[in-house]
Amino acid sequence: METPEQTVMERLEHGSAPPPDAEVPAAHTFEVKNVSIWYGEKLAIDNVTLDVAANAVTAIIGPSGCGKSTFLRALNRMHELTPKTRMEGTVLLNGEDLYSSTVDPAIVRRRVGMVFQKSNPFPTMTIGENVVIGLRLNGVRNQRFLNERLEKSLRMAALWDEVKDDLHKPGTSLSGGQQQRLCIARALAVEPEVILMDEPCSALDPIATAKIEELIYQLKARYTIVTVTHNMQQAGRVSDYTAFFYLGRLIEYGPTTKIFTNPGEKQTEDYITGRFG
Amino acid sequence: MGVAASIAVEERSVQERMARPSRFGDKAFEWLTLAMALAVVVLIILIGWQLWIGSSVAIKKFGFHFLTTSTWDPVAEQFGALPFIYGTLVSSLIALVIAVPLGIATAAYLTELAPLWIRQPLASLIEMLAAIPSVILGLWGIFVMIPWLRDYPFPWLKRSFGWTPFFSGPIYGPCMFAGGIIIAVMILPIITSVSREILRGVPDLQREAAYGLGATRWEATRIAVLSYAKKGLFGAVILGLGRALGETMAVTMVIGNTPQIAVSLFKPGYTLASVLANEFTEATTDMYLQALFEVGLVLFGITILVNLLAQLLLRTIAAKSATRAVQ
Repeated sequence: METPEQTVMERLEHGSAPPPDAEVPAAHTFEVKNVSIWYGEKLAIDNVTLDVAANAVTAIIGPSGCGKSTFLRALNRMHELTPKTRMEGTVLLNGEDLYSSTVDPAIVRRRVGMVFQKSNPFPTMTIGENVVIGLRLNGVRNQRFLNERLEKSLRMAALWDEVKDDLHKPGTSLSGGQQQRLCIARALAVEPEVILMDEPCSALDPIATAKIEELIYQLKARYTIVTVTHNMQQAGRVSDYTAFFYLGRLIEYGPTTKIFTNPGEKQTEDYITGRFG
Repeated sequence: MGVAASIAVEERSVQERMARPSRFGDKAFEWLTLAMALAVVVLIILIGWQLWIGSSVAIKKFGFHFLTTSTWDPVAEQFGALPFIYGTLVSSLIALVIAVPLGIATAAYLTELAPLWIRQPLASLIEMLAAIPSVILGLWGIFVMIPWLRDYPFPWLKRSFGWTPFFSGPIYGPCMFAGGIIIAVMILPIITSVSREILRGVPDLQREAAYGLGATRWEATRIAVLSYAKKGLFGAVILGLGRALGETMAVTMVIGNTPQIAVSLFKPGYTLASVLANEFTEATTDMYLQALFEVGLVLFGITILVNLLAQLLLRTIAAKSATRAVQ
């Protein structure tokens, strides 16, 4: 068992990715079957089938415009906020169909939390309010419970020690990396089953990025994490499984070690070695 | 040598090109725009000056009493503008109470909830409301709105809230409340369209943050959009108030034009703008004209004061959030 203090680099050296023979994940959080998504006339996701492993980090990589972000958003129905989208196929979350007509997308998003490309704390709320707003939306009024969850979420997001005396200050008073961890704490507070991350480090400096990566690594003990990233090294460092998307199609999917050391497809290899994208 | 010379020539010409090109155009443009900007300031000062000059005798004669007394008797040359000030402020307040929630709700509907195809046409229609000449709105007020108000909402208000002083007494028809409503109609387009622009300026990232937590549309609108846009919306309200204070024609036609201070909103009132519009042609004596000029000066002062206060308030809010951010 690794200690939280262990750094990302150390982990890389010791090679803590899943054993190479773990071709097929044991338990699945998401089962995605034949999903296609259109924006108006444009096909953004083309018949993708993929199972997301539970309590693991799955990275989605691919060049800009390959549909990786759209795919991620299909996992909590966020893509529906974009006008004129159409979707086919099924997405099961722990066996339940997220797109069944009886399912409320708001409930889906409470079960599947999300962290975005740029940190987006609510500027009119304090740090504390930002963390518990999701619980408040769920109707939680018990102040003691809120306080407990506030501390727990901030601790899990590795932010508690930095902000515990400043909980009443606005969320936007923090640095960029702290704001992103605040957003992670906000997502954690509602205790989702999954956390989706859409390029969570793309706006951060290397030190802040390392902290988020460290955090992702710790969080996977409790959560299933799906992260989109532009950064190949990051995918290699933090993920257990990697899915490579190109032009809306899933080209290759497997354990990260295999994708990075012995890709099965020429396109994957070209992308990973930096020949395009 | 020939090459060196030609290079030297070229260098010089490059330098010339770098140094020369029409600095004059730049300067001229700067002066021109500066002059335009100053013209607005000068215009405001001149208007204030003219009003001051035009009313200087009245100011000297009545002094502060002009603002604090209620007798408006041109024959006896007794002029007190308090009922007009009261009427202007109260009718504008009624208008804001009606138009602000309506305008902001409409803007929220147009940016957050309405189906895409309906947004632009609906927004254009609302802006068209601003294009209706105010005298036509006034006519509509006299012949349609007031009879309807007198028959349905007013009796109901009197039955339900008649125990408060605001909705007591006989219902005439033309009254302070009708004036407020007509002003609300007139300032609704500007409040709506400014609010809509402000809500559209809220970053999508904020909305996504809320939706990502499982917020419903109303919750996302409340915590991510309206609260983010608070300051801008306040600006929209102040713009509306500025308009409301100066509205003249339509108000004059429905407010009843009686210089009195009555608590009941069913009683007729009078506004600064209305008294100017109604009585300028009748001002036969110098003092009467002077008094009307002073009414104009007071209206001018109130609008400027309101705008200054609003800007001050906005700045303190901004400064407060800035220091909160620094701490």
